[in-house]
Amino acid sequence: MPTFEYAPAPESRSVVDLRTSYGLFINGEFVDGGGTAFKSISPATEEVLAEVSEATDADVDAAVKAARTAYTRVWSRMSGADRGKYLYRIARILQERAREFAVLESLDNGKPIKESRDVDIPLAAAHFFYNAGWADKLEFASLGPNPRAHGVVGQIIPWNFPMLMLAWKIAPALATGNTVVLKPAETTPLTALLFAEVCQQADLPPGVVNIVTGAGPTGQAIVDHAGIDKLAFTGSTGVGKMIARAIAGTRKKATLELGGKAANIVFDDAPIDQAVEGIVNGIFFNQGHVCCAGSRLLVQESIADEVERRLKRRLDTLRVGDPLDKNTDVGAINSRAQLDRIVALTDAGESEGAERWDNGCELPSKGFWFRPTVFTGVTQTHRIAQEEIFGPVLSVLTFRTPQEAVAKANNTPYGLSAGIWTEKGSRILWMADQLKAGVVWANTFNKFDPTSPFGGYKESGYGREGGRHGLEPYVKTGA
Amino acid sequence: MSRVDVKKTYKLYIGGKFPRSESGRSYEVYAAPSGRARAGATPRFLANAAQGSRKDARDAVTAARAAQPGWASATAYNRGQVLYRVAEVMESRRPQLVQEVRDAEGLTAAAAEAVVSQAIDRWVWYAGWSDKYVQVLGGLNPVAGPYFNISASEPTGVVAVLAPQASSLLGLVSVIAPAIVSGNTVVVVTSADRPLPAITLAECLATSDVPGGVVNIISGRAGEIAPWLASHRDVNAIDLAGAAGAEGVDWAALEEASADNLKRVVRPAGTGAEAVEPDWTETPDLSRLTAFLETKTVWHPKGR
Repeated sequence: MPTFEYAPAPESRSVVDLRTSYGLFINGEFVDGGGTAFKSISPATEEVLAEVSEATDADVDAAVKAARTAYTRVWSRMSGADRGKYLYRIARILQERAREFAVLESLDNGKPIKESRDVDIPLAAAHFFYNAGWADKLEFASLGPNPRAHGVVGQIIPWNFPMLMLAWKIAPALATGNTVVLKPAETTPLTALLFAEVCQQADLPPGVVNIVTGAGPTGQAIVDHAGIDKLAFTGSTGVGKMIARAIAGTRKKATLELGGKAANIVFDDAPIDQAVEGIVNGIFFNQGHVCCAGSRLLVQESIADEVERRLKRRLDTLRVGDPLDKNTDVGAINSRAQLDRIVALTDAGESEGAERWDNGCELPSKGFWFRPTVFTGVTQTHRIAQEEIFGPVLSVLTFRTPQEAVAKANNTPYGLSAGIWTEKGSRILWMADQLKAGVVWANTFNKFDPTSPFGGYKESGYGREGGRHGLEPYVKTGA
Repeated sequence: MSRVDVKKTYKLYIGGKFPRSESGRSYEVYAAPSGRARAGATPRFLANAAQGSRKDARDAVTAARAAQPGWASATAYNRGQVLYRVAEVMESRRPQLVQEVRDAEGLTAAAAEAVVSQAIDRWVWYAGWSDKYVQVLGGLNPVAGPYFNISASEPTGVVAVLAPQASSLLGLVSVIAPAIVSGNTVVVVTSADRPLPAITLAECLATSDVPGGVVNIISGRAGEIAPWLASHRDVNAIDLAGAAGAEGVDWAALEEASADNLKRVVRPAGTGAEAVEPDWTETPDLSRLTAFLETKTVWHPKGR
């Protein structure tokens, strides 16, 4: 079989005009933070992209006060129709500047440009467009009598989909009439800061959106601030539990979108080539930095060998490297800390007796990289079958009957997502009924849409984001 | 010669059976002073209620977990009929419920009649939701792609319920019915001082068609039992309504313990740290029903 080589096809960086340093976005303006500035680097090259302010408790306090003032004086008095028009403006500006956002996202995060260009940024714009239309229709949304905003919402987002998570958080919060203090992840703050410029271009009233950068302590300051009415967090289950404890005994509300260990279940009647593409998309999309990633492959025993063979053949063709190259399938691991965690868990997989395989591809000499890796012979008790790896690592288990597949799939404290591959429609719906997961994909995986609610069962968190259900956490109802 | 009447022993209700507390303990329950009672009058003794323990609560969680899949997989129509049947049995025991509510809450006969009527009506109201809330709360999502994408509600699992301290029947019904109508099973800790109507409700449940284990009722002190339910890893949610006015109950600590496995928590009514018992006579909204639901979204492919 001839081997086709691909010439480099890099997307131009010139569309992005990075400043050397960024302040905090409070009350419609960039201001210096009181903490120690930190650097945001490109994980693909370890090149410093920009210096970013660290928000102290006092900065967070200023942001919350700005949000409160904007809520009281402007945003809560504005008609839903007008709020919606601001959101439509933001959606349009994101579409107009989509390429700029995509390139910056790939630079700062390390994800392939084909994903940031075709998934992250278009979906982010779509979330604003979808929620914009709700702003003047809340009383038709079956949310209960007299739906209205909580007030000031604190939002803390992760580094795996920086702009998309920002959109998931900010769009429904503003549509329902809340104002926002948002903290992007410390390794991926740049698109959120570029979004601040979008707010300025849209003439969004000052203080409606405030963006404070920093690490854990900045997030803690948001969680603990007495002026916050509601929190929305996406990140690890460990931090989610800390937040749940921190707000216990208060009247603060919370939405938590946490970890996952999704089963991707392949039955013997599934179209195998299609399923292999779905398995690859399920775990190697975004380097496996996906809370709903299909990290546990459950394959029916009778086809296990064939699926494994075809899967490895497919993985041999994955292109790992420069995130800005349009041919790249798998980009850089987001940070050294995350790479260390992936290495530690895969080492544990090996030492616990699972069989390790990777595609042996060459990796760049600088930056943070990990080869697409598959473990076979994995059992339920292995750490790689129980713990979230959050990297390009697939654990393969087998099953014989649908009941066994259900039992294995549900044998985890998580419950975020699941996948089912079969040609039998009735089996899809029977399985979907049995699986304890908030999102179930049949003959597809990792599909997202602004109209489709997302969120988990059990220790994957509570509350839903997206769709009509995604409005609920942002309103209170009743007299 | 007047007849010596037969007094009832009030016991726990776990897994469809009526055991005494494994701890062997009981505690004295007295009638609340009514409007005519003179200050300083000796309170009237009603019964020795079983005083539930940590172990009773754990046994109840085991029973609730065992019953949950079957209850959730019953058809919505069936659950609706089973729950409506409970209202029928309550109606048939009306005189007994009225007397117990009267004793427990110190009400006049007319007031107690009104409370029992409302409790039965509330049960009927929630029973009617069994085959409707999924339609109201879920539906098709118009995604941009060839998928039939649908969101539907499912029960969260096992729910621990601290029953209201003051409203011994109407409040009790108002926290149990919305949790079980969707297919959850519950472990209820009764009002500490007013537990007897709860045990009689258990008898209504046992003589209707509600499967054993769907509702489990522990009489006793929430201050003693609730921490074990809040920290229990096999409990999915907790309703803290009964923290209001309960001795030795710190609802903040219960919520904090609930975070260990991210239980869904319904906080007590009130503002700030204060917990107050709501006015249960007000018409409810759907919030207590939706608090114990999960939304599942399924992407089903379309194609020729």
